[in-house]
Amino acid sequence: MNKDMKILIVDDFATMRRIIKNLLRDLGFNNTHEADDGLTAIPMLNAGNYDFLVTDWNMPGMTGFDLLKHVRADPDLKDLPILMVTAESKREQIVAAAQAGVNGYIVKPFTAAVLKEKIEKIFERIQK
Amino acid sequence: MRNTTSELVDKIEQGALADAVNLLQTINDARNRDLYQQVGQLTRALHDAIRDFHVDTRAAVDQDKTLSEMADATDRLNYVINLTQNAANRTMDKVEECLPIVSELGKEAALLRNEWGRLIRREMKPQEFRDLYRRIDTFLVETERQTDVLSGNFSEITLAQDYQDLTGQVVKKVITLVHEVEDSLVHLVKMASQVDRITGIQPKDTDKNTEIIDKQIPEGPVVNAEKRGVDVVSGQDEVDDLLSSLGF
Repeated sequence: MNKDMKILIVDDFATMRRIIKNLLRDLGFNNTHEADDGLTAIPMLNAGNYDFLVTDWNMPGMTGFDLLKHVRADPDLKDLPILMVTAESKREQIVAAAQAGVNGYIVKPFTAAVLKEKIEKIFERIQK
Repeated sequence: MRNTTSELVDKIEQGALADAVNLLQTINDARNRDLYQQVGQLTRALHDAIRDFHVDTRAAVDQDKTLSEMADATDRLNYVINLTQNAANRTMDKVEECLPIVSELGKEAALLRNEWGRLIRREMKPQEFRDLYRRIDTFLVETERQTDVLSGNFSEITLAQDYQDLTGQVVKKVITLVHEVEDSLVHLVKMASQVDRITGIQPKDTDKNTEIIDKQIPEGPVVNAEKRGVDVVSGQDEVDDLLSSLGF
């Protein structure tokens, strides 16, 4: 796994973005960027060669679920690995996210170990 | 009214039309009186129910004023968000200050332990020993100073948790308001059903199933997962099980 990969963190709460950013830094990922919802994330994704997207679900403007569907529908972005980190815990939603093409799903509250495990799993799978 | 009605029938059969018309008037008056009385009671009750909603109707005149206790509740909840956010940031700031200190102390300790080992194994030249002597002195002074910084930061981290008390109080107030509003709403619904009964209005059947859920609407954290049963997962393990059942 490339530790220099460019990561976009999307969450409407600055505190949660900071927590995820810190956890990623502890895992050796320093090239992280932030957006506060889907609408601000899209132009950033379009502009700059991101390798990984970590997004919340419940956000004003554009939700993470809509962002997921948008990315999968965009020919330039469709292969971007996406990890959802969210408080949404309905089975129906998890199934919907999986069907929409999410690569990993973490329910909040979560631990550093879970984040590490899911990221490793996602990139292990992609490299195969 | 029943007596008057049978009297009316008698009068009509007897052909006393003037008396019959008078009796009709009496029946009508009685009906109106009853209706006005009920409408009056309803108006009173409605007024009370609206008042209990904590909406200040006078505020509609002065838009700049706080509109209601609802608006106040919103302010209170925003205050909770701000307070918790500040606390989280304060805590993380302090942790971020502590991390490099701990890491530096750890590194220096590891280096010194290495040198100390060489000293024990008698691999050290006299000049190197004099350097080590000074480094250990510096390290001890630095450790003492930095542990003071660390314990200062730790107590600030502890203090940053004071939001729990403040937000708890605010949230409790909002809960009380929500309960009061709920009671008023129930009261209003009862009023409405009485209005329907008196006036004979039949509410239209609203088809609740017309709204087709084609979007996954986020609902935020589930606070009572135990009560929700099978439609929500209780943690990451269940998410992983679900996803692996889908071939993840």
